[in-house]
Amino acid sequence: MRILKLPKTNFKTFMEGLRNYGEVHIPKKKSNQSFVFGPMEDISEIAMDYLRTICPPKKYFFKPKEVVINYTNTKGFAEVIEDADKKNVLFGLHPCDIHGLKILDIVFGTNYPDKYYFARRKNVIVIGLSCMPDDKCFCRSMATDATEDGFDLFLSELKSSYLLTVGSSVGDDISTDLKHLLTDVTKKDTIEYLTIRKDRKNKFTLSLDSSDLPYILELQRESEVWEELGKKCLCCGSCSMVCPTCACFNIYDVQNFLTDNGERVRQWDSCLFKDYAVVAGGHNFRANRADRVKNRYYDKQNGFVSQYGKPSCTGCGRCIQYCPTKIHVVEVFNKVRGEI
Amino acid sequence: MDRHSHLNYSTNARVTNVMLPDLARLVRVIPMVEDNFLFLFRFEDPTLNEKFLYKPGQFVEITLLGTGEAPISISSTPTRKGVLEMCIRRMGRVTNALYNLPENSLVGIRGPYGNGYPIDEMKGHDILIIAGGLGMAPLRSLLNYILDNRSQFGRVILMYGTKTPDDVLFRDEMESMMRRPDLECLLSVEQAYQYPGAHPWRGKIGMVTELFQYVKDLNVQNTYAAVCGPPIFYKFVLDKLLKLNFSKDHILMSLERRMECGVGKCGHCAIGYKYTCIDGPIFNYWDILNMPELIEF
Repeated sequence: MRILKLPKTNFKTFMEGLRNYGEVHIPKKKSNQSFVFGPMEDISEIAMDYLRTICPPKKYFFKPKEVVINYTNTKGFAEVIEDADKKNVLFGLHPCDIHGLKILDIVFGTNYPDKYYFARRKNVIVIGLSCMPDDKCFCRSMATDATEDGFDLFLSELKSSYLLTVGSSVGDDISTDLKHLLTDVTKKDTIEYLTIRKDRKNKFTLSLDSSDLPYILELQRESEVWEELGKKCLCCGSCSMVCPTCACFNIYDVQNFLTDNGERVRQWDSCLFKDYAVVAGGHNFRANRADRVKNRYYDKQNGFVSQYGKPSCTGCGRCIQYCPTKIHVVEVFNKVRGEI
Repeated sequence: MDRHSHLNYSTNARVTNVMLPDLARLVRVIPMVEDNFLFLFRFEDPTLNEKFLYKPGQFVEITLLGTGEAPISISSTPTRKGVLEMCIRRMGRVTNALYNLPENSLVGIRGPYGNGYPIDEMKGHDILIIAGGLGMAPLRSLLNYILDNRSQFGRVILMYGTKTPDDVLFRDEMESMMRRPDLECLLSVEQAYQYPGAHPWRGKIGMVTELFQYVKDLNVQNTYAAVCGPPIFYKFVLDKLLKLNFSKDHILMSLERRMECGVGKCGHCAIGYKYTCIDGPIFNYWDILNMPELIEF
């Protein structure tokens, strides 16, 4: 790992320099409270103080809706991969979102690697950015508040500069190309970083006690907490859409009735939707809302842990911010723990 | 080598696309029982018919062009190559379309998926196959595989129960199996109607579990039981097997869920942290006891 320094006065030139590596995408302000990742038209658009975007960066690799196969009734199937050759530079990912991508890499890479996801993943340069938590961040409890890998470059903000961590070979190419903008890290910078780090640690107000949680969830399978939650949850699926690690999808065919061809589409799905576990013949394995919302909570903090040794929650706070009925994931787990 | 060292997984764009089906032709439809026909498929690429390796108990995703995909278990055995046979019930959107599809039409097939029966572990053991109704579909693959490798297995017993003699799937094969000296083939129906033109019935009458009385000296410690059938059937069969002291991990069952992608990605067939499409569809009873959300047996 190599760490350099980018003075804030050079930041604009640095961002312009990134354009040589692909289309630069940045966090932008959408309204007073919301931010989105989108293409950078002007450097002034970058919302350096953003905390969380509505949709996580998964949308660049796992598209909300995409054609995956073209078929004709006589010739068969042809693969379609949207944006397979498009180079993107994704700027401004906070550590939780980088961990989100690392979890998606596991999901899409295990057993049968997903060609669509990795065709785009390999073309994207990831540039991380440090952050200060708000009252919905609990990444510290999920051990996703910092990251040593999963990025090509990472910017840690100091008062008048950024510490620039080089995390990959491509990252090294960029820092070499732009080395006239970079300087060495001094002892004073390190001390400043440590102070900011301490401040940040103290700013966390929300925490989720995840010790022993899979076991407690096993014990609490029949808890009334889930029935109560089922009454409150609308099963609208918002939390799945904004979740950096939710990756369920539907596959369906759209036939062109004028010709003999059609498209196979894959589209984001949510385990909260009513028809998610319906099989041919009409049996629904999770017919009531309580079962579906419980399934989602168990998948994040119990199922994924059993399979991969860590939860598939990054503590990013999106599901808390965007739930229309104000369901708070940390409160739910505290209730399950019997602490509320 | 990819230049992004942080990507720990395969990023090779030339990696096989598992979502891409191969073209196959519906070569023959054999009506067996109302709405339970046997469909025979051959790949258009002749080399694929040789190369398509699968295990008994695995399934494929069949595409009905213009309708969509459905997971279907394979009824043929990998020991008899060339044609893929699937006993399919007319049940949902895709299977309905399949019943309306003329012979010689094209379909898409991708797979095989799932774990299949643990054949290597089962070798050298006695095998008890218990089928109820359409449960015969995946078990026929296992049964024929065992019969084609007969010397590698001990005693083989088949118990097959249906509602009436008219509901027996693979009737001709059952007839010939009943004559085999190396197979104990026991059939039962719940009711045997007597009406002109009814299939004559030489099997037993009663619940499939009553067939156990005709099996002498079952070596429970050395036997794998492969069970497949409707929920009510499981209730009685499992009861019986446990009373006979079958070890829970020697009872093999095939589960059904919404296997939409078949490759452990789309999420629809997850039960707890297990994916029916990659960790199953064959589970032993011990695994199943540890799963939430099962149909009550």
